[in-house]
Amino acid sequence: MLGIKGKDLTLLGVVAVLALCAPFILNPFPQDSAMAQFNAGYPDLMQRFVIFGIFAVGFNILFGLTGYLSFGHAAFLGVGSYSAVWMFKLLSMNVIPAIILSVIVAGLFALLIGFISLRRSGIYFSILTLAFAQMSFNLAYSVLTPITNGETGLQLSLDDPRVLGTSVSDTGGIPVTNLFGLEMRETTTMYFGDWAFQFSNGYYFCAVLLLVSFYISIRIFRSPFGLMLRAVKSNQTRLNYTGLNTRPYTLAAFVISGMYAGLAGGLLASMDPLAGAERMQWTASGEVVLMTILGGAGTLIGPVLGAGFIKYFENIFSKINDNVLHQWFGGLPEGLENGLVWVAEHFVGSGWHLTLGLLFMLVVTFLPGGLVEGGTRIGRLIRGKTRRADEKSAQSKPAE
Amino acid sequence: MEAILLQILNGLDKGSAYALIALGLTLIFGTLGVVNFAHGALFMIGAFCAVTVQKVLTLSKITLDPTKTDFLGNPAQIKTPYVESWFGPDIGAALIDWSVPLAILFAIPIMLLIGVIMERGLIKHFYRRPHADQILVTFGLAIVLQELIKHYFGANQIATPAPDAFRGSFDFGAMLGMDPNVVIYPYWRLVYFAFAAVIIGAVFAFLQFTTFGMVVRAGMADRETVGLLGINIDKRFTIMFGLAAAVAGMAGVMYAPINSPNYHIGMDFLVLSFVVVVVGGMGSLPGAVLAGFLLGILESFASMNEIKSIIPGIDQIIIYLAAIIILLTRPRGLMGRKGVMEE
Amino acid sequence: MGILEVKNVNKRFGGLQALGDVNLSVAENSVHAIIGPNGAGKSTLLNCLVGKLIPDTGSVMFDGQSVLGRTPYEINQMGISRVFQTPEIFGDLTVMENMMIPCFAKRDGAFKLNVIRSVEGQGDIRDRAEAMLVDMNMADKRHMHAASMSRGDKRRLEIGMCLAQQPRLLLLDEPTAGMARADTNNTIDLLKQIKASRDITIVIIEHDMHVVFSLAQRITVLAQGTPLVEDVPEKIKGHPKVREAYLGESTPA
Repeated sequence: MLGIKGKDLTLLGVVAVLALCAPFILNPFPQDSAMAQFNAGYPDLMQRFVIFGIFAVGFNILFGLTGYLSFGHAAFLGVGSYSAVWMFKLLSMNVIPAIILSVIVAGLFALLIGFISLRRSGIYFSILTLAFAQMSFNLAYSVLTPITNGETGLQLSLDDPRVLGTSVSDTGGIPVTNLFGLEMRETTTMYFGDWAFQFSNGYYFCAVLLLVSFYISIRIFRSPFGLMLRAVKSNQTRLNYTGLNTRPYTLAAFVISGMYAGLAGGLLASMDPLAGAERMQWTASGEVVLMTILGGAGTLIGPVLGAGFIKYFENIFSKINDNVLHQWFGGLPEGLENGLVWVAEHFVGSGWHLTLGLLFMLVVTFLPGGLVEGGTRIGRLIRGKTRRADEKSAQSKPAE
Repeated sequence: MEAILLQILNGLDKGSAYALIALGLTLIFGTLGVVNFAHGALFMIGAFCAVTVQKVLTLSKITLDPTKTDFLGNPAQIKTPYVESWFGPDIGAALIDWSVPLAILFAIPIMLLIGVIMERGLIKHFYRRPHADQILVTFGLAIVLQELIKHYFGANQIATPAPDAFRGSFDFGAMLGMDPNVVIYPYWRLVYFAFAAVIIGAVFAFLQFTTFGMVVRAGMADRETVGLLGINIDKRFTIMFGLAAAVAGMAGVMYAPINSPNYHIGMDFLVLSFVVVVVGGMGSLPGAVLAGFLLGILESFASMNEIKSIIPGIDQIIIYLAAIIILLTRPRGLMGRKGVMEE
Repeated sequence: MGILEVKNVNKRFGGLQALGDVNLSVAENSVHAIIGPNGAGKSTLLNCLVGKLIPDTGSVMFDGQSVLGRTPYEINQMGISRVFQTPEIFGDLTVMENMMIPCFAKRDGAFKLNVIRSVEGQGDIRDRAEAMLVDMNMADKRHMHAASMSRGDKRRLEIGMCLAQQPRLLLLDEPTAGMARADTNNTIDLLKQIKASRDITIVIIEHDMHVVFSLAQRITVLAQGTPLVEDVPEKIKGHPKVREAYLGESTPA
């Protein structure tokens, strides 16, 4: 079906079910219960899951397959956002042209940067991409202010032309982003007893694009092109002496992953029509690297898991504060309670990045294959050792 | 002429910091073959050593003076730093005044210790792993160190003044017989440059003239063979890592008065220092120092108004632009050796 | 005119004259060996043939076309395949995938953005790779990770990958270096069988005289970057100049 089969089809199905049922899955607790703070099923956050999922899936096509570690992918995300906002300012509030422009502009930008950076490999490539991204960031902040609106960031205003739409909405405000009239921010809430589930147009639009992106990534992984990219990672010397020119292959991978980043940037702007330079900063590039590695670089599902994992815990952990901690440890003797709270408060709230850093170190050190490898290991433990021989041969196939 | 001198001088302090960090990065890369993304964090910890020493020295005993009242009518508080009450007001005040240079004494053992713990506890396990893994794990470590500092010192910049004697500026141009009041240069920046020059000289002399340095240099050239000679190279490399950490730390301590440190000062410097190392040539110590000063001075020239008016925004991107051009024309950087990092 | 014509090739590295006026003519469908002591310039010569190095002067013609100034992949596409001293294979991929890559290179050229049909769906490529694996006696290993095989198997796979491109000239750089005697003999048999079953020219650089004399139809002796003698194996064996060049080196002939 759809040109893919077996495990890949199952995987696509799993992602589809997860994405479409996310409003239920991520809202397991009644809205008034003490656990409600662990709910993640509201549109804002869910949109972030899938948008960063798209970003990471694209990054994985470059890093996971070819092994070229780009430290500048946030530049494409930022360019995508700026393009989309300009489309909203000049053309109309329809998200389709905005996203198309984001992808195209990011692709062209990636073509330029990739063409130069890919003349080098290893750490030199990483530094070149980092240098380009930092340049873009600095320029967006300073000289390019007419295009980027500098520190404030690019925003919509009432006197934007919007030639195919209206400058001002019926209610006198700035019109909202829509898909042929379907408003992105519109959310339907469904009540089931104490539970409230929110369904947002914007989220489902993003989710559908995630599925399309994921599907394309499966096709790329399984195509001869994908095989060549894995060959680039494995042994460039042999590839060259087999009559294959590595540079167009890596450049194509770079541009494709840049377009994914542009799509993610365009979607961010479609959900919330503003764009700022900080989206291009190198910490943002670092974030997508973290997501991909944490989930499992070079695997299909890994980046999606990594993006979801990081965004979920970022949201949950940063909401926990002292009061919550004291509640949790309240039953303990006071000294112990204070001690535990003291330790725990390093890791929650604004300390979330500490947790992330530690987690990342642990994963790189002990679980280089990321969450996917962790899952595989656990699965193997459960199934026992009798099927070792089968595993051996299965291992030699690319991990799913 | 004056303008050029001024820009070169302005570039020296940043260039010194780049050179010191790049030197440590290169030592670690050259000896251990490890790409250390946490090196900027070591610089930051050094800067916070200065902050800590200053805070400790100014810890004060609060006494109430019943004869005076503050505006709320409460008895006025008098803060007396403990050092002043212990050593007498003169020596105490001098200690506080000289807290930044004093912090060096405090920073050296701390940084050596941190370096050794880092190498033994983490880096050691990554010698045989791909460079990408090394980058990633040290990147994680950098985040951790940065967040810990943020947790204890807050997110804001903390002013850490230099000793009184070095505050203010002097007319460097007039000293050289140029027009007065054109080339004005702060004392502390000159101190920083001199300090950096001494450290760089000491590192090179150490590598050149001691047996330890000889073994390390041999190890940089060919690790396996030196290992075969029965020399315990690992132990020396651990010490080398500690030294590189100490160099970064001292660079951080002395930089604190120039730019009040905050928790992400390390990351800001790291990105640029990596560019410096790569421009200098991965694994080349003279290359790292040369590129550090070169890029520092280049950056300072690009921020001249005359140049900015011709090419707007050039000051923001000059280092990266230079890095891109150098990397494309000289694939191994200014002084890089063949075969380093090219797998 | 041979299929490979090397004329007056010189190459210096700083003060070292690695190759001095090398002339070499390899006849089509022959097996030509290049021997010589360490540092004689054998590998430098080979690198000049495949585009890894560019000679300072002289010309290298393959089938009437110059290879100079072309990159390794372009030269490969002209019909020259190279086997390395240490097997260069795609260690992270399976044996089958390893074998399919040269088949793709043969069919699609140096670059093709081939994303529409999956690897699974490429029947022609699969059949050719499968046939080559059977030829190489490796069909049972098709799902193995290439990196996990023995050195002998890696060598076999590498030779198979080169042959899958149906090259007209196969360059072998010390194919039996570091192999046990039994593996060496297997490799000799494999090469003999390859030569017997198709039209191919083979140039082999070798240290092991046993291999050379079992395979070669002509031998060029290289010493200090210059060809000393070129002749049929029988003549080379007793040649005084050759003995002189190898003086001090053991010659297990």
